[in-house]
Amino acid sequence: MPTWLWIVIILVAPLLLGGIWTYNRLVRLRARVNNGWSQIDVQLRRRYDLIPNLVATVQGYATHERELFEHVTEARSRAIDANAVPDQAQAENQITRGIRQLFAVAENYPDLKANQNFLALQEELTGTESKIAFARQFYNDQVMLLNTLIGSFPSNVVAKAFGFGPREFFDIEDPVREPSQVEFPR
Amino acid sequence: MYEQIASNRRKTVLLIFGAIVLLGAVGYVLGLWYGNGLFGLVGAVALAVVLSLGSFFGGDRLVLASTRAREVTPQEQPRLHNIVEGLSIAAGIPKPRVYVIPEQAPNAFATGRNPEHSSVAVTEGLLSTMNRVELEGVIGHELSHVVDRDILVGTVVATLVGAVVLISEFFMRSWWWGGVRGRRGGDRSGGGLEAIIFAVGLALLVLAPIIGQIVRLAVSRQREFLADAQGALLTRYPPGLASALRKIGAASGIPMRSANNATAHLWLNQPSRIQGEGMGPLEKLFSTHPPIEERIRRLEEM
Repeated sequence: MPTWLWIVIILVAPLLLGGIWTYNRLVRLRARVNNGWSQIDVQLRRRYDLIPNLVATVQGYATHERELFEHVTEARSRAIDANAVPDQAQAENQITRGIRQLFAVAENYPDLKANQNFLALQEELTGTESKIAFARQFYNDQVMLLNTLIGSFPSNVVAKAFGFGPREFFDIEDPVREPSQVEFPR
Repeated sequence: MYEQIASNRRKTVLLIFGAIVLLGAVGYVLGLWYGNGLFGLVGAVALAVVLSLGSFFGGDRLVLASTRAREVTPQEQPRLHNIVEGLSIAAGIPKPRVYVIPEQAPNAFATGRNPEHSSVAVTEGLLSTMNRVELEGVIGHELSHVVDRDILVGTVVATLVGAVVLISEFFMRSWWWGGVRGRRGGDRSGGGLEAIIFAVGLALLVLAPIIGQIVRLAVSRQREFLADAQGALLTRYPPGLASALRKIGAASGIPMRSANNATAHLWLNQPSRIQGEGMGPLEKLFSTHPPIEERIRRLEEM
């Protein structure tokens, strides 16, 4: 083989390997972003499922809070029907606040607080709230990694060539990171 | 983070190699004593290979069984399950299996060969003393070990060091009870050379478990700091783990029955078998975990 061919191979091979590595990293990150998005979706759906139960349970004891129940139920159906991300985010925030208010209201009803069904629901909802937060955290972390890779040189060349676009961050309100006001035994 | 995973893999290979060499040396001496050094060497290395493979595929079950850990369902422990699932989502790993250990000392560990086959175990004492954020801090720390594959390093090393300790102790005891008379030939014509081999062999057998410990400690402490930091990154709330560590430090007087030297480094904090153990200067020098005060201080600085 002539010398010039060797020189070309030596110059091109690292570029090619780097390109393959970058491409694979982009694919992996995109998969993680998609996975993160579906995780958020799973947890939000779980919350939709729990809300009617919670409302029904609290209703049995706290009969004077009709307005609050309607508010939460209405936010839930708006979130389910939402087509655009901002609309959905707004409805989700309303649900988060509504659930917090429901738990605050429950404080005034000792019978309700002693109800096993209510305690189980409260744990499930607190757990789901934090899972939503963690899923969002994971999604946003992966979006940040992906967007950084797409935005910086030389990976942006590979990203452009294979049509990798930046993704949007998911912003909904942070659920409380402090323990819930109700500390109940296991 | 990915570099950390790669470096952990390299360390695993090195540690396993080192432990196999150590085990081979112990086996050689033992074999020599009974008449055939090579036989002992081959035997010990074969044992090491089997144990390594065994610990790779079954070490987690062994460790879980030795602590009498019991798998719990989401119905039994909803809060624990919710926290483990939530933090697994945050870490981007599949949800590990969840175990509870019947011990009153607050402590926890994670085990398994990779994130797809991992388990998290916590003691009953931990569940009863920690609130939700503290529990999140603890689980975050353990899941960081899972993400970094520290559990693979830990489990394999625990098994290999366990084998070295086992063989050495077996030999020391049989020697103590006069079992060494069992060596073949039995003629005392060896003279000076045999005395030297005996001395070296004895020294090796005494030192082997200590060397094994040092291999383990070489990485254990630094990894704990790392898992603290990464766990805090998962929960985004360092005070949670700091507060949990403070409670664990305060409860250090509660002994742990299932604690032993071979698994000490797996735990969230170094367990003590009897009250006051771990207070000697040698024990401090050879500890698997950094001092709890130092860990709390670093978390508070975050």
